[in-house]
Amino acid sequence: MKPCNYNDARRGFLKKSAAIAALYLTPSSLVKAFAVDAVVPAPIAKEKLTITINGKLMHLEIDARTTILNLLREELSFTGTKKGCEMGQCGACTIHINGKRTKSCMQLAISNQNNSITTIEGLSTTETLHPMQAAFLKHDAFQCGYCTSGQIMSAVACVREGQAKTRDSIKTFMDTNICRCGAYQNIVDAIEEVAKTGTKI
Amino acid sequence: MNTNHTNTIFWEDERVDGADKVTGKAKYTAEHSLPNLAYAVFVTSGIAKGTIKNIDTSKALAMNGVLDIIYYANCPSVPGYNSNAAERPKNVTEWRGHKVLYDNKVRFFGQPIALIVADSLENANAAIRFVKPEYEAESFETNFDKARLNPTNLKSPITYKRGVEGSKTAAASVESEYNIPIEVHNPMELQATIAYWEAEDKLLLYDKTQGPKSTQSAVARTFGLPEKNVRVIAENVGGAFGSSLRSWSNVPAACIAAKKLNRPVKLVLTRPQMFTLIGYRPQSWQKVNIAADAEGNFLSINHEAISNTSRYEDFREGIVDVSKFLYACENVNTKYSLLPLDLSTPIWMRGPGEATGCFALESAIDELSYKLKMDPIALRIKNFTAINPENKLPFSDNNVKTLYEYGMNKIGWKNRPMVPGTLKENGMLIGYGMAVGVFGAGKGTASVRAVLSNDGKLLLECAVSDMGPGTTTSMTKIAGEAMQMPIAKIKFKLGDSDLPPGPSQGGSGTTSTVGSAVDLACKTIQQKLKELAIQFAPGFNAITVDALEVKNEMVIVKADAAKKIEITALLKLANQDKIDLTINSSGKTPEQLKFTSNSFSAHFIKLGVNPKDGKIKVLQVVTTGDAGKIISPKTARSQMLGGVVGGIGMALSEKLEIDHTTGQIINASFGAYHVPLHSQIPPTDAWFVNKPDLNVNDIGAKGIGEIALIGFAAAIANAVYNATGKRVKDLPITPEKLGFKNGKA
Repeated sequence: MKPCNYNDARRGFLKKSAAIAALYLTPSSLVKAFAVDAVVPAPIAKEKLTITINGKLMHLEIDARTTILNLLREELSFTGTKKGCEMGQCGACTIHINGKRTKSCMQLAISNQNNSITTIEGLSTTETLHPMQAAFLKHDAFQCGYCTSGQIMSAVACVREGQAKTRDSIKTFMDTNICRCGAYQNIVDAIEEVAKTGTKI
Repeated sequence: MNTNHTNTIFWEDERVDGADKVTGKAKYTAEHSLPNLAYAVFVTSGIAKGTIKNIDTSKALAMNGVLDIIYYANCPSVPGYNSNAAERPKNVTEWRGHKVLYDNKVRFFGQPIALIVADSLENANAAIRFVKPEYEAESFETNFDKARLNPTNLKSPITYKRGVEGSKTAAASVESEYNIPIEVHNPMELQATIAYWEAEDKLLLYDKTQGPKSTQSAVARTFGLPEKNVRVIAENVGGAFGSSLRSWSNVPAACIAAKKLNRPVKLVLTRPQMFTLIGYRPQSWQKVNIAADAEGNFLSINHEAISNTSRYEDFREGIVDVSKFLYACENVNTKYSLLPLDLSTPIWMRGPGEATGCFALESAIDELSYKLKMDPIALRIKNFTAINPENKLPFSDNNVKTLYEYGMNKIGWKNRPMVPGTLKENGMLIGYGMAVGVFGAGKGTASVRAVLSNDGKLLLECAVSDMGPGTTTSMTKIAGEAMQMPIAKIKFKLGDSDLPPGPSQGGSGTTSTVGSAVDLACKTIQQKLKELAIQFAPGFNAITVDALEVKNEMVIVKADAAKKIEITALLKLANQDKIDLTINSSGKTPEQLKFTSNSFSAHFIKLGVNPKDGKIKVLQVVTTGDAGKIISPKTARSQMLGGVVGGIGMALSEKLEIDHTTGQIINASFGAYHVPLHSQIPPTDAWFVNKPDLNVNDIGAKGIGEIALIGFAAAIANAVYNATGKRVKDLPITPEKLGFKNGKA
């Protein structure tokens, strides 16, 4: 990946972050004097972001308040990553950042400068399904399909991180991902099968 | 060639739309993109009841990217609102939903009072806290347990009387009260609408709905448009369980904003708003009394219920209905009243009233079995009926006894302790429990268009939607079987109100209703093919239609299988590029109406209770269904597994909590409202009788979605009693209710 330097922009953002942090750390009597919602805030400037998404390097101008989830869904049409709660509680938005599973609703996009992101759309690098996608299909590990992207991204991490040794360890690892249709048993079946093949995924 | 229907040529196993779902390609409502799209967010009320005196929007309007803030003072006139301002329709589905942004009244905490529209989601969200409403608050009531005790608060009682009330000759009887809290559907996809006025009087909607046609109709009436000018698209629905059976406030709000700004507007609810704005299973109180003779024959059943509704609409469901017909009993009396509270309106949630009613009835039967010293399954068999005692019609089919047999063997019922609290395994108190579920098996009207092209491909279309059960898959399979052709060549298109009218997906009726229409459409196509063969195929002219069959993509002479013509060749000979027809499938025939039709389920549980802290662990589940012919074994099984997960939530953890001093829902998130997770789900076996019920429809299939859940909570409660000797009648069943506090006895 070509290194890209937006130090100025990043420093600018860090300064703003520090100011916000200072506000939170200030005694409450002083915060009241600010009366944060009594004045109209100034427009938020666009920030520059360099990020790799599914292997493609992108140079973007983004709203500093944008989460990775909203950046993917609203700006970049990567709608495979799902929004379920925006509180980090349901796992529908799970993606991989630098190979580590992450809830994308809990991440500001701008704090992922130079990071590499994989979404469900980028899981398989060929025309065929990724082994985990194929196993989910085979075991009917979903019904409505809305939590499925997040379940699959977590499931891949589960196997990669060596947490798929027993059904119980799979379940514990996957407790981060809610499926309201109740496909849990089939999801564990799918993960167990992929893990047993020993294929590097 | 083997024409057995289990032949793999007909039964490719996976969901036909599955690949799109595992790759993230399937698009849900909020994922459609339109040029110049604006983003809308609701500002919601901070009081439970009262009047809004003023909303100061000046600061929020001055914020970056904010395009408009719509509320009662500046909301454009909505034709359907004005002409029906005081209307209170009898049927909740006929209602246009809460008249959002219309007046300055607050009817429940969290009600939308203003809509911010901005050029980005970030800018819209940032403006919420700068919108300043001023209220004149009024006193309110959200406390069901308290309010139901005052009879003057109750309304619209419906009573049913059959025979006499109670019994004087009973050898044993039970009378118990049951409480179920508010439960919330919480599908994973957030409720969403994208509205775009393509012309002054023409509206395009992407909407999360279980019924594209019902949404089209509701929106057309609300905005005074002909139905054909409203197009509703719901290509994929990310779960709903009943919550998308009507158009909620997000639909008119998005339409109003799109009209006012003259650009497409997207409105997606937040997870907390999913708890307040799209319905819930109402809170209920029930009292059940069953009297039996010494042999266990039921002498009388009394079933009384109260459930909450909102202050502005009546919502009622089938809570007491199960007691009228599930078992043989001459004397059945029921009463069901509503309790209006200052909350939003409930809506059917999976298994609707029957799940509520079966919790009480099936718990009471279990309790009675101990008094009679009878096995609870033997007691149910004793009171089995092949005739529906309510309408005196025979059940079209009733295989519950087969379900009992399978379930008992599979769960190891013989190990169930006769005396509760006496079986221990690995330090846990072990209990076995079972309960029955039942739901009506209807068949309604639907239209299906079928297009058979001369390349051999079959396209079927119906304006139904698929919230997850796999309708696209089962319809494709029904067509594959009817046409005797590979399902890879069949496409079933749904989720668009422009398609031929179909029902809303609810009440376990889609497969029966739409499946019958698909079956009829395919048979009509076959009839046309046979007629074309006689007319155009060489050597077919002396053959009658009855002597022909269509299978393996050919028209074949039954008596001489060597005499055949491929469908594609036939269409080319006939110089037709396609056969294109639309059929209307009616409801039940007079012959089918001679029966009463239901799907049945029986759920069997083995669970353990930790005697140290009262924690309950479900160890094994066997769930069984009698739903006629199983069209798609894989997706049908998934529905049953899903019912188990939903049932475990209902029984053990789900409860909406309201702060009655403010009227605010205080656990409106997945962090605080506990739905089941992976590690709470035990090994589950799902099994079907799989026997076609041809008294319901020609395909012999009945619904599964509801029976998968109905009765499940009672099975858990009965198993908890068997394990501990403590009968919990208030859901959810928690260690506290078993007498444990802070993890101690």
